[in-house]
Amino acid sequence: MPSHDVLIIGAGLAGQRAALAAAQTGATVAIISKVHPVRSHSVAAAGGINAALNPEDTWESHAFDTIKGSDYLGDQDAIEIMCREAPDEILWLEHAGVTFHRNERGNLGTRAFGGASAARTYYVADITGHAILHVLYEQLMKHSDTVDRYEEWFTTDLLQDDTGRCVGAICRNLRDGRLELFNAKAVILASGGAGQAYRPTTNGLIVTGDGIAQAYRIGARLMDMEMIQYHPTTLAGNGLLITEGARGEGAWLLNAKGERFMEKYAPNKMELASRDVVSRAEQTEINEGNGFPDGTVALDITKVPKRRVLEALREIVNIGRDFAGVDITSEPIHIHPGQHYIMGGVKTDVDGQTTIAGLYAAGEVACVSVHGGNRLGANSLLDTLIFGRRSGEHAAGQAMHMPMPSTPSSQVSDTDRHIQDIIDRPAGGPRVSAIKDELGDTMNQYVAVFRDADGLNKAHEIIRRLKEVAPTASIDDRGTVFNQDVIGAIELGYMLDVAEATVVGALERTESRGAQFRTDFPERNDDQWLKHIDVTVNGDDVPTISYSPVTITKWQPQERTY
Amino acid sequence: MPEYLLKIRRFDPKSGQAAYWDEHRVELGARNSVLDAILKVRDEVDGSVGIRCSCQQAICGSCGVRMNGKPGLACNTHLEVAAARMHGAGWNAPAPGDVVSQDAEEGDGAAGTTPAGVIEVEPMGNMPVIRDLIVDMDAVHWKKIQRVTPYLINKEPVPEREYIVPHENMVDITQTMACIQCGACVSDCLSMEIDPLFVGPAALAKAYRFVGDPRDAEHEERLKDLAEDEHGLYDCTHCFNCIDACPKEVAPMSQIMRLRRRAGSDFEINDRNNGQRHEESFVSLVGDYGLLHEAELLPRSFGGNSWFGKFHPAAGAVLLKSLGAIVPAVLRGKVKIKTALLGHKIAKPDLDAVKRVYKTVEERPQRVELNLYVSGYEDDPEPVGATAAQTASGEGPESASSESETS
Repeated sequence: MPSHDVLIIGAGLAGQRAALAAAQTGATVAIISKVHPVRSHSVAAAGGINAALNPEDTWESHAFDTIKGSDYLGDQDAIEIMCREAPDEILWLEHAGVTFHRNERGNLGTRAFGGASAARTYYVADITGHAILHVLYEQLMKHSDTVDRYEEWFTTDLLQDDTGRCVGAICRNLRDGRLELFNAKAVILASGGAGQAYRPTTNGLIVTGDGIAQAYRIGARLMDMEMIQYHPTTLAGNGLLITEGARGEGAWLLNAKGERFMEKYAPNKMELASRDVVSRAEQTEINEGNGFPDGTVALDITKVPKRRVLEALREIVNIGRDFAGVDITSEPIHIHPGQHYIMGGVKTDVDGQTTIAGLYAAGEVACVSVHGGNRLGANSLLDTLIFGRRSGEHAAGQAMHMPMPSTPSSQVSDTDRHIQDIIDRPAGGPRVSAIKDELGDTMNQYVAVFRDADGLNKAHEIIRRLKEVAPTASIDDRGTVFNQDVIGAIELGYMLDVAEATVVGALERTESRGAQFRTDFPERNDDQWLKHIDVTVNGDDVPTISYSPVTITKWQPQERTY
Repeated sequence: MPEYLLKIRRFDPKSGQAAYWDEHRVELGARNSVLDAILKVRDEVDGSVGIRCSCQQAICGSCGVRMNGKPGLACNTHLEVAAARMHGAGWNAPAPGDVVSQDAEEGDGAAGTTPAGVIEVEPMGNMPVIRDLIVDMDAVHWKKIQRVTPYLINKEPVPEREYIVPHENMVDITQTMACIQCGACVSDCLSMEIDPLFVGPAALAKAYRFVGDPRDAEHEERLKDLAEDEHGLYDCTHCFNCIDACPKEVAPMSQIMRLRRRAGSDFEINDRNNGQRHEESFVSLVGDYGLLHEAELLPRSFGGNSWFGKFHPAAGAVLLKSLGAIVPAVLRGKVKIKTALLGHKIAKPDLDAVKRVYKTVEERPQRVELNLYVSGYEDDPEPVGATAAQTASGEGPESASSESETS
């Protein structure tokens, strides 16, 4: 049985950063991922990473922008930590080898991004997440003697001892189907978001809410789950992401009449208002009949000099060409708001500790909460790295003072039986993909940019029904080598749990704040709702709701305009 | 919507069965991707089809496969493009709608009874198959990446803030940084097929990412290490497959050639494999004769361009070893003894033209290296045409793939 001081589940930016930080303290570390680490969805982050590193900029300004962006739902103590530590994190990355863009003097250069009062986004062309992820993996290869990598291992369950402390996980080696119990003094979840519960989404097929559901099922609190970010610029049809960097570089949004409609909604920041604001503006235009017949508005990147596009936005040139048949350097491209990110997740403190002893969470799986009601562009990479590192350090520090827990190995046979049950389900049941599609369509229809009680109730009913049906879905693959079919059935269960928590939270919050806009409660209501909604599991019943206070340090809520 | 015949190469090591073709008819748009078709089969018909995939936008690098013979990403290869590559039409057959010659249409081995096209999807080459379309990248690809010391060795002292480095250098290595480690180049590397120990295109491109990085302290050590390795820098035979295969325009072979120029010209590393001198002899022969002079190649490779050098004993040894290749080539008329010994002749004006090219290149104060990412700043005016290159890395994007070897 592999035993480590710190076990990290997920190997995107948060997981890899946590592993490197934990290993640096001398702890024994394992990092497990259901895909090879460089396939993790952090790789798709395009635009950049925020930090007030420029001497003329201040962390307070970054913090205020983040708080305002969060519609005052973000916890200000956590935001302060993130923004204070951001500059050093950028320098750490730079020294580790990230090929950040330079200005003409050879210093780090920045680009403008949404919701920010200064150009403080550091970047590598439009492959920033990719560049950072691959450099972190270079560091993991460098430190292969101190970090054990388990690549293409799927985590099925988190383990608890008699006191409820999380003491490891059970994982399946995809190569041969073997189950293994991983024993650990601390477990860090870094397994990302849950975008696949929506259709379409900018998120990859692997983003199925695994960690959120695993933590939820052993009783961890989820927080801010109703806050779902719709990115303003996703491709019509397939929902692929067009980076906010495009607008950062000067691209315009136009409706079908050719009007630069953001003048109406955010006369100061225009296209670079917060994402929730821009997405709502677009959806309003579309709903009022000012969009194109395919339910879109246009993003005009021809406003950006072609040479600059080819250097700094090369990836979206390719995406336009390959996935939309459009040359973005010569004509506008049709886009609409699309599911992109979940602000909520497993509730943690500023060191990544969840409400379950021994269990940490960092990155999109977690909710610290630094994003509150709406995340600013280029703050997610920062979140993963800062809180990934802090979790790794804290978990390693705690592990130093405790013995290796013993773990009941009987749990392996339970998991084994559970997986075998899925494989043995009779043929002829509903298909996993059909249930997943219905879930995705439901979420995208009722739990999207605009919501109301009727729609949310309808969505909840559908999810409850799908939860009943899912355990009867049959699969085709009965093998042991790379059985992705059985994994898909397990992931479906995770997505349904996450979706229910989201809908329950959205129903509960009878106000409009950040990404949650209730057409039946269109105003922000600080008296009643300046608080987090927490969701916890309640057997097979509808989850239990509770509340946490929002931490306010020095920025009192104000009216939010851009 | 057109209907495609999708033939997926299936294999399960636990089944006891040999690999086989699994055929499905799939109705999808011509501009849908091969991955869309595979996922449609998986979702609607058979959930056991094995393929790694996630982002569906050519950034995660999971879905490397061969489609009608050509390696690439299933997610950004359109069905019509893959289908046009019928057997015998080559990797880059024109897509339907373009003018296609009759011969290419017919091909030789394609099943002929399909409405819109046949697409054979196979696992990538040069790597062992684990299951269906899933190959063991750890056993080959990642092992080779490990081989090139794949992390920055910081130049000391590490500055308190960022390293100050030219904009152009960061833009330059962004091309290799754009590699998504999909393995498409490794799949069809001909040198690796002959020499499985060859470090290979992806890993060498990764090596350039550090050799081209001014923050790295060990450029020369890295280059020496790769030049002296008999499976290293000089094992590439310039077949261009990796450039053609790469879905991200990393152009691995161009990066290998840049490593060679850095090793040979900048650090004057004369490797024990004689790779550097062999390459130089090609250059000098073409400079002298306008074409290759086979009889002079070996002597020059070992003895440089000196008369005594022609009798270098090592040249004789290699000549003897090469007879097994030379004799059949002569017998089949691929080489004529006369021209091989006396050299090819080209017309005087043509030779003069070649010499003028050499002169122009050699007189440049600085070597011009081309790069995919264009150099420029936000407030720069739009350059006229694509000839804004003054520095080591600026040039139009289209010119990158036609980079010529000039050293």
